[in-house]
Amino acid sequence: MMEFALFLGCTIPARLNQYESSSRAVLEKLGVGWVDIREFNCCGYPLRNIDFKVFLLSSARNLALAEKKNLNVMTLCKCCYGSLKKADFLMKENPSLKKEVNSTLEKEGLKYEGEIEIKHLLSVLHQEIGIEAIKGKMAATFKRLKIATHYGCHALRPSQVVGFDNAVAPSLFDQLVEVTGAESIDWPMKLECCGAPLWGVNDRLSMDLTLKKLMDGKKSGADYVCAACPYCHLQFDKVQKMILFQRDVNHPLPSILYPQLLGLSLGIDRKALGLEMNEIPIIGIEELLSKEKELVEQTESTEKIESSKD
Amino acid sequence: MFLKVSLYIFLVIFILALIYKVSTWFRYKIGIGAEAIPTSVRFFSAMKGILFTIFSVKIVTLLRVFVLDVLLQFRILREDFLRWIMHIFIYGGFMLLLLMHALDQYITMVIWKDYYSTVNPFMFLRNLFGALVIIGVIIAIYRRFILKVPRLFSNAMDMYTIILVAVIMLSGIFLEASKMVAYSDYKRMADEYSGLSDPEELKSLEAYWVKEFGTVSPNLKAPFDDKILTKGKELHESSCAGCHVQPQWAFTSYGVAKIVSPIGLGIDRVRLPRVLWYIHILACFVGLGYLPFSKMFHIFASSISLLANGVIGKEKLSPANRATLQAMELDACTHCGTCSLRCSVIMAFEEMKNLNIFPSEKIVSIKALASGKKLSPEELRPIQEGLYLCSNCYRCTVVCPVGINLQDLWFNIRETLLQKGYPEFLVLSPLSFYRGLMRGETVLKDYEKPLVQAREAIAAQCDLMKKKGQVLPLTPTDKKLQSGLNLSAQAKTFSVCFGCQTCTTVCPVVGNYEDPQEALGLLPHQIMHAAGLGLRDLAFGSNMLWDCLTCYQCQEQCPQGVHVTDVLYELKNLAVKQARGKILQSMERK
Repeated sequence: MMEFALFLGCTIPARLNQYESSSRAVLEKLGVGWVDIREFNCCGYPLRNIDFKVFLLSSARNLALAEKKNLNVMTLCKCCYGSLKKADFLMKENPSLKKEVNSTLEKEGLKYEGEIEIKHLLSVLHQEIGIEAIKGKMAATFKRLKIATHYGCHALRPSQVVGFDNAVAPSLFDQLVEVTGAESIDWPMKLECCGAPLWGVNDRLSMDLTLKKLMDGKKSGADYVCAACPYCHLQFDKVQKMILFQRDVNHPLPSILYPQLLGLSLGIDRKALGLEMNEIPIIGIEELLSKEKELVEQTESTEKIESSKD
Repeated sequence: MFLKVSLYIFLVIFILALIYKVSTWFRYKIGIGAEAIPTSVRFFSAMKGILFTIFSVKIVTLLRVFVLDVLLQFRILREDFLRWIMHIFIYGGFMLLLLMHALDQYITMVIWKDYYSTVNPFMFLRNLFGALVIIGVIIAIYRRFILKVPRLFSNAMDMYTIILVAVIMLSGIFLEASKMVAYSDYKRMADEYSGLSDPEELKSLEAYWVKEFGTVSPNLKAPFDDKILTKGKELHESSCAGCHVQPQWAFTSYGVAKIVSPIGLGIDRVRLPRVLWYIHILACFVGLGYLPFSKMFHIFASSISLLANGVIGKEKLSPANRATLQAMELDACTHCGTCSLRCSVIMAFEEMKNLNIFPSEKIVSIKALASGKKLSPEELRPIQEGLYLCSNCYRCTVVCPVGINLQDLWFNIRETLLQKGYPEFLVLSPLSFYRGLMRGETVLKDYEKPLVQAREAIAAQCDLMKKKGQVLPLTPTDKKLQSGLNLSAQAKTFSVCFGCQTCTTVCPVVGNYEDPQEALGLLPHQIMHAAGLGLRDLAFGSNMLWDCLTCYQCQEQCPQGVHVTDVLYELKNLAVKQARGKILQSMERK
């Protein structure tokens, strides 16, 4: 069984439990193993504005901890992903930087050689499991559901560093959305920023950008926006709620986390998916699940009856 | 007499100190809104809250927390087994000694009518409890100085606590041991309790005690005649054993007695038992009187913190109760370092060397702050920085063995410090995301102020930005700026910019404004150009730097391969460094 060091970062355990629980449930269902490393620290992303070295050391320490256990890292956050990738890239490119970082890590008996891979949840699902395998585990599919798929900047760019997908015309996330039966719509602002990096720094600008993006999704016919990053999701959920209130907008575009969407069609217990924990309600989405699930259950039970007859 | 008088003196000191300390919980003004709430309101509000809790179903939670977290300390067990053993040994042993030994007249004697300190199980248990505390203290010293638990800081208060407990315990054990070897103590017991007067019989008994129980006699020395010993044994069994078990049961003291027996006569001559008794008693009393001011006050405060936070859960506290709770929590902190061990931003310390980054040390600073101590700007600035340098991951709160809501404490005090007026550049980072979210949940006094202040402090360093519409001479070109952009070895690429403006065209932030230059100052391609020319002020002084989303659109699309976003990142780093340096300089000058 493949196994990853699960890197949750700071935001998910503190403010987005449903992302953690739904991701774990989905990974379990699909047979991906993980190890929780308690010593993990902040990836350093929030400090890049202030001190490059702090960011680099923070990311490097995490990578060193995973490497010590000989595990590849899986992040759920696109900003953590981008930061770890960046640190890994810089240390590989610049041996003297790596040496400097390692001399600090050495105090804790750690060092990073660059022998592990950094993956995002979505890349694990797409590359390690594969679309076909996921399809095989579907318990139900969505009908007439339109999703505005949001890639997230720090996964896509700078493409030279992150290598997540084609930065200009990505399709990885769309495929993962469509495997649930939903339609991943085309929308002009698909690859734009969610606005979260400026939330708390310049709220007016952040709101402008978020609202513009969400309205674009709405106009393009989306029922929900789908993210796989705690910052993007919080921006689309909790912050959107604040925007709606402040700017007197009536029609939200609710945000669903990808493992919640996938989890529903995999037939995962809705408690683990934490659907009620999103601030802008998404429970309506369950009505769009087809009845295949019941059909499958029926055929299974008839099979059981038949086999017991034998 | 000495015992009684000194006990009452120290008891009075203890009670007065206790009242004083508890009053600070209602007096210290911590955080947003606390200044406006009078002490009396806080006191009655707390009493009301306590009464409502006790007479509600929450009493069940309270009892559960009391048993699991206060008595059995499951929260420590969850974190670290060795530490749990250490703490249970020290606290369990000490509490039992306090109840059964120190307060034997009031507790043990009342429960067991035939209590004598020299019979079993009391003699054995006393030694067992003592041994537990000693083992606990040894583990404490081992953890701090040999194992060197990461980020466990030892301050004077921690040392004082370990030393005091060690003195109380060691003096007690040595006291009992010295009594075992001291001849006069044997003589006193023989005279008072044996009822023997025949010199031969007394001699046999003495020989038996010397041989078997470690008494060091000036008159008799081994080897002894078997007949004498047999006689002595008979006499011991008939006259002593009823009220005095074999001293071997007092295993810790007996071991020490064996070691010191060669100087047994000397011990008796200088009346060491008496000296040790004074040391033991005084150490206990000093510990009692000083307790409310020492780390040991956590015995009360931590229990209350666990109980209070156990029932508060996620519900919102009234501002009055929140202020009281947070003042109390400062006393509940035992400086155990669990928070610092699990803190998410520890690596920042490696570069910034600000101890206030560590949660356990933040508390130390906040204590000084709360007590109303006048702190200079040089002292306040690092506290503010440490409080803001927090990824708000709540891990400290989750792991705190005494249940302190540390995250809320940081947030609350951070916010009041930000309002006081030293610019904090960390507010211009995604660390502020949490502050933005909290905006919807609590009323922040002046939300924009710290943000504006930080931007202005940086812009104030950039004189050239103020000369709008003027032609700038290129002579003050800053070569250092050009060569300084090398932190990541990626930012140097600015020099190949040929000014095509693609970065500016694709920037979503630029696109958001009708007059972007009005709002943002220099635009991305202009900043690249300013960096190329070494025009520091222009590169640092634009709002564009702080309004950059870091979405990497510009960098991705640049036909020349300029790492635009990375250059902006580095300029931000340098601008902060320069502004911070200037502020520190001006503080020093003052």
